[in-house]
Amino acid sequence: MKPVFKGILWAVLGAILGIALLVVIRLAFGLPAWKAGPAVAMGYLFGLSGWLLGVGVWDYWALGWLGRPNKQYTTTGWRRYFDFDTDHKVIGIQYGVLLVILFLIAGLLAMVVRYELMRPGRDLLNSAEYNNMMSLHGTTMVFVAVATIMGAFGNYLVPIMIGADDMAYPRLNALSFWFVPPVGFLLLGAALAGGYDTGWTGYTPLATVTRMGAMFYNLAFLTIGFSSILGSINIITTVITMRAPGLTWGRLPIFVWSILGTAALSMLFTQFVGLAMLMTVLDRVAGFSFFDPSRGGNPILYQHVFWFYSHPAVYVMILPAFGIALEIISHFARKPLFAYKWAVAGMLGVVVMSAIVWAHHMFTAGLEEKLAIPFMISTELISVPTGMVFLAALGTLWHGKLNLKTPMLFALAVIFNFLIGGITGVFLSDVPVDMHLQDTYFVVAHFHYTIVGGGIFGLFAGIYYWFPKMTGRMYNEKLGKLHFWWMFIGFNLTFLPMFWLGINGMNRRIADYMPQLGGLNMWVSMAAFFLGASFIVFVYNMVVSWVRGEQAAANPWGARTLEWLIPSPPPLHNFPTEPQVVDDPYGYGVPGSVHARLAAAPSPAPASD
Amino acid sequence: MSTATHSHGEGHGAHYPRLYINRLGFWLFLFSESMLFAGLLASRFYLRGLSRPEELSQSLGLGITVILLVSSLTAYLSETAISHGDRPAFLRYTLYTMVLGAIFLGGVAFEWTAAFQHFPPSSPFGTVFFAMTGMHAFHVLSGIFLLGLVYYNGRRGAYGPEDAWPPEAVVKYWHFVDVVWVFFYAALYLVA
Repeated sequence: MKPVFKGILWAVLGAILGIALLVVIRLAFGLPAWKAGPAVAMGYLFGLSGWLLGVGVWDYWALGWLGRPNKQYTTTGWRRYFDFDTDHKVIGIQYGVLLVILFLIAGLLAMVVRYELMRPGRDLLNSAEYNNMMSLHGTTMVFVAVATIMGAFGNYLVPIMIGADDMAYPRLNALSFWFVPPVGFLLLGAALAGGYDTGWTGYTPLATVTRMGAMFYNLAFLTIGFSSILGSINIITTVITMRAPGLTWGRLPIFVWSILGTAALSMLFTQFVGLAMLMTVLDRVAGFSFFDPSRGGNPILYQHVFWFYSHPAVYVMILPAFGIALEIISHFARKPLFAYKWAVAGMLGVVVMSAIVWAHHMFTAGLEEKLAIPFMISTELISVPTGMVFLAALGTLWHGKLNLKTPMLFALAVIFNFLIGGITGVFLSDVPVDMHLQDTYFVVAHFHYTIVGGGIFGLFAGIYYWFPKMTGRMYNEKLGKLHFWWMFIGFNLTFLPMFWLGINGMNRRIADYMPQLGGLNMWVSMAAFFLGASFIVFVYNMVVSWVRGEQAAANPWGARTLEWLIPSPPPLHNFPTEPQVVDDPYGYGVPGSVHARLAAAPSPAPASD
Repeated sequence: MSTATHSHGEGHGAHYPRLYINRLGFWLFLFSESMLFAGLLASRFYLRGLSRPEELSQSLGLGITVILLVSSLTAYLSETAISHGDRPAFLRYTLYTMVLGAIFLGGVAFEWTAAFQHFPPSSPFGTVFFAMTGMHAFHVLSGIFLLGLVYYNGRRGAYGPEDAWPPEAVVKYWHFVDVVWVFFYAALYLVA
């Protein structure tokens, strides 16, 4: 716990230093000493630096730059998770637990939103409070969807699945994680600073003039962007350089491919959302005029820059879920992954094409008219590579011997839900239809079907699938199945009627709606509370099983990939000796086939180089 | 795999020399960074088209550009020197690079004082001008800081032909920042 306290202390000192510096500079230029916007920006910049240095960058990293010895890690047990630990397995669990907690908090916010929408008119919140709740829910959930699978399973499992002992840059990996707690702090700060009403998209010019909470949102997005970029560079380098002998590109588990594609997206596009946030902050605190039309700016620029990241970002949310689903479907259907190469090509096709679809978010925003049709076509084309992933899933299920355990149920739900989300996406990409459905609950339903139905169900598939590996204990299968059916039914009851609400003209992001939609909204709210309650089962199951579930076997699923060849939980350096990969990971039904061989006993002094 | 302080996490996972891994990650980082500058560059043309104010000092712009390009040469010489084990030349050229970088920053600051009069950040061209030069100057500043770190360690006997990665990385970063400026210079001073 010491590093965390030290980090907090240094963060406070840094923030004070930053604000003091700002006051000095402002006085030197003859300006009034205090202005809230610049003070928040400077205080956060210095506070964040202080936090990172205090939490471990200084002790375990920067000292080496100055030619002094770095400190060594000594903590063990649960305290590791509060330490600047460079073991990828510790970092994976840090990411997973922190982000699942954020997920649950953001889910509670959704419950408040649905309470307000239960009946027409105002019940609980005034419109400013409603906007705050809606914005915080959206922002937090987007961060969760972007970072959780990548952070938790990408970190924990990719090195193991490729037969490595850690990531290529373990300290950078720890740094990527320690960017995340300040994001949680900023979201809390946004609520305390009056909240913000821009939704998760932060459109200007509203974002530059609204309550101070919007600036916390800008800074939070910037911060999680740093984390994503560093994490993705680390993952790409790791997968390229650290694969075990024999693990050719054609034998790479599909989950690793999906994470690789996701990392490529994060690495290339996150810069743009950072830029959009930075421009907004400059407009707000330094008097720039990027987005103020009265001074020569253009708010459409914000949407271009923002969506140039944020559309690829939805593939950052969904690709790893596809990877998990395909991985699980193959292992639980006891069949080789159908059309493996086409599935990989589909994922990489999504990566490439995601760069040329962003303006479909802007059909009604004043986009140059000649751009609408090209973007409609490119958006509809991206369903082709997505379809290849789907065909791989269906082909694997075909004549498979399905083992319907909880992870498999969630994986099948990914396919089911995303089909609905994907098909309604084709409607929205169609310009004339979009003119009518833009900013209605149809969009809300579509987005939740893709990101919750696909991404979050994929996350839960992964949680149940790898829980025994990561904790060394078995979750309760009955409660797992209960959670699945409860969540799956609740999810569909909640979001399916929203398509109808949207077609009938219910606007999103607005606290009120036409009275004749009241009955269905009551239904949706009840279903949402039902959905929300399902997570009580999940949390109970996870906590109790982690503390005193039965010991998990090394390979409870009879799966073939490398992480199942070592004990649960894996030892410090994962493998006693380097594994030799001899065949593809999905060779079910091939007599005598194994994916990899581990040498029986480690030599006394493993030759590391 | 004996690159001193950077050798953490190596074991049976690393099938490539540590230097190769470091280089790959660093190139990915530069690639990612270039997207940030590309976004600024695109924004400049999106907002302002090909227009450019007359008040920009062409001679100053050309002058600092030449200085920055020369600093790339001295940075290259410093990297070559340490990879041949010539420590005095390495330190000398590193110092030259830092000084040239500082002169460049001085030139930018001088340009800013004039720019504040003619097109402040709140004006249409000032917005893109200050954002682009500011973001670039921040990178130059961090480059000087990193060069200083390498210089400090180099004086204390660090680095040699077998251990030249930190100087190499810093010099690569320096070249990258210079290349960015070539594009920014053209976009700010030469178009129209």
